Amino acid sequence: MSPAEQLLQYLITGISVGMVYGLVGLGLTIVYNATGIINFAQGEFAMLGGMVAVVLHAAGMPLWATVILAVAAVTVIALGVERLAVYPLRGRPIMTIIIATIGASLVLQGGAKLVWGAQAVKLPSFSGDTPIRLGSAGVDPQRIWMVGLAALAVLLVQLFFSYTLVGKAMRASALSRSAARLCGISSDGMVRLAFAMSGALVALGGAVVTPVELMRYSQGAQYTLTGFLAAVVGGLGSGMGAVVGGVALGTVESLAKGYISSGWSKAIALGVALALLWLRPQGLFGRRERQR
Amino acid sequence: MNPTRAVALRAYRAASVLRPGRPGRTTDRRAGGAGTPPRNGGSLMTAPGQARRTKAVRIAGGVLLAAIVAVPIVTRSGYLAGTGSQIGINAIIAVALGLLMGYAGQVSLGHAAFYGLGAYSTAILTTRLDAPPLLAMLAGVLLTALVATLVGAPALRLHGHYLAMFTLGLGIIAQVIMEQVRSLTNGFDGIAGVPPFRLWIVSFQSDALSYGLIVAALAGTMIVARNLVHSRPGRALRALHESEEAAGACGVDVARAKLKVFVLSAVLASVAGSLYAHTIGFVSPDPFGFRFSVELVVMIVVGGSANVWGPVAGAALFTLLHQFLRDAGQRVEFLDNLDTVLFGAALVVVVVFWPKGLVSLRLPARLRLRARRAEEGGA
Repeated sequence: MSPAEQLLQYLITGISVGMVYGLVGLGLTIVYNATGIINFAQGEFAMLGGMVAVVLHAAGMPLWATVILAVAAVTVIALGVERLAVYPLRGRPIMTIIIATIGASLVLQGGAKLVWGAQAVKLPSFSGDTPIRLGSAGVDPQRIWMVGLAALAVLLVQLFFSYTLVGKAMRASALSRSAARLCGISSDGMVRLAFAMSGALVALGGAVVTPVELMRYSQGAQYTLTGFLAAVVGGLGSGMGAVVGGVALGTVESLAKGYISSGWSKAIALGVALALLWLRPQGLFGRRERQR
Repeated sequence: MNPTRAVALRAYRAASVLRPGRPGRTTDRRAGGAGTPPRNGGSLMTAPGQARRTKAVRIAGGVLLAAIVAVPIVTRSGYLAGTGSQIGINAIIAVALGLLMGYAGQVSLGHAAFYGLGAYSTAILTTRLDAPPLLAMLAGVLLTALVATLVGAPALRLHGHYLAMFTLGLGIIAQVIMEQVRSLTNGFDGIAGVPPFRLWIVSFQSDALSYGLIVAALAGTMIVARNLVHSRPGRALRALHESEEAAGACGVDVARAKLKVFVLSAVLASVAGSLYAHTIGFVSPDPFGFRFSVELVVMIVVGGSANVWGPVAGAALFTLLHQFLRDAGQRVEFLDNLDTVLFGAALVVVVVFWPKGLVSLRLPARLRLRARRAEEGGA
């Protein structure tokens, strides 16, 4: 493979995985905007999206059905987390709720380990494994699914927030909870919706990434961290920023994996993200919020 | 003020961690929980309802504690001493992190990195360079202080969750370094053959002696924590936990104070790491990862960070449960995988019902209110 083709492969890998990171980041941002908390269980939603899809597929379901059902299942789980770990703590300090979500993530992670054990599982690719020719390079079709579905999801979310009444209600609630309540918008309902949406989004990402990057019970924490960094690098509170941040992180990680070493790639991507935040704490699209 | 006197004054103030301070007045009575701002300038790290406990109860408690501590030594059980040592080490880090969480109200999700830094410094320096253990520990401390300052300085100047994130990232980077820089750390294989801790001619070789050393270190840590709380800088820190703006208006250098606590808690974790290396004799990247950082948070939240004893209780509970599940899990495999679920559930339950942790155990607020209402209704 020529250097240019190799670079292209790394970029494709990076962007496709980056879109999944972006989905997790977007999910985190939606919950953050609605509640002010960082949901540490977000990555577990992605992990469960993949794992449930694998289980359903092993039971004989067609792929498209497994994805849809996995997304539905994780949405229910996300609502469960909201009900048990977030709703009872409303009004408490943010750090307390964040700690509760850490607890929730441990429960989900441990539960996955109990049920499915420690080995990694894989879904078959959505449309086969034969690479699609792009010039003289070959592109794994699953990657196109990843980018395509993720982009579609992001687009739908943007449309939802811009043009639907419920979406605007959520934005209103995020801007000022009391003002929104005066207008009849239930802030509890908005929180529930935020969790449901982010759970669905992130589960889709998990399901779509499992064919190429295997899924195991411990992957949730990775996705939470990367999603979190993506959201903050993009500017906490900006959904599009989170997606851009995710793609950026995915690309850096992929390039590092290819040109330096796989073991170091995580640390390098993290280091770059943290350095960026050190220089520009508000992220790429965030507003400046200095304490002193 | 002439420069010498200024320096002397600074040193005197810094040494306040070693001097017992005078507890404040009514403000010392109330306690806060993990990450919660205390009401009315409440105190952290002071036993709630301290004035109410009678002298007899305290003496009884002290005797019981001494008995528990002495059991592993008296019975000469290697197993008990080993478990006790692990509890002690976890308790040291828990108390250290509890200082940070109870004061600055900040969560550090990467404290395992400092723990690992101390362990690896000790391991590398004692095995490769034959350095005396105390010197190796000191080197670890200095390195940790440096790293903590570099990470904490920018993060603590910012608002909210930035420290959690920076420490999370740091923890993972540190773990990757431990795994990848094979020339230094031997990667996944780890470093074996770390000699037992040695103080001039006294070598803490036996299980009982290691355990005793760790208990002493824990006691020292708790004293430092307690004194810090009751000292002048300690009260400044409590003020800033209550309201950063108000504290700042009173002349408290908010960011600097938080940074000092952060570095102190990191350094204590590093000491614990060095002790770990000497006790177990072997270090590998495994115990120093993100997972342990999260487990530390569980220990502190479940035990309670309002009190110097809370994190110790949390650490003890956690370590014992972990040990029990692991041993039982060898016979019933299901139990081995149960620990994560249990810890997570415990975290959520405790946070919802007992935000101040188990140390402040009374009826959960909701039930207490119901009981009071029932009382008033009946009367």
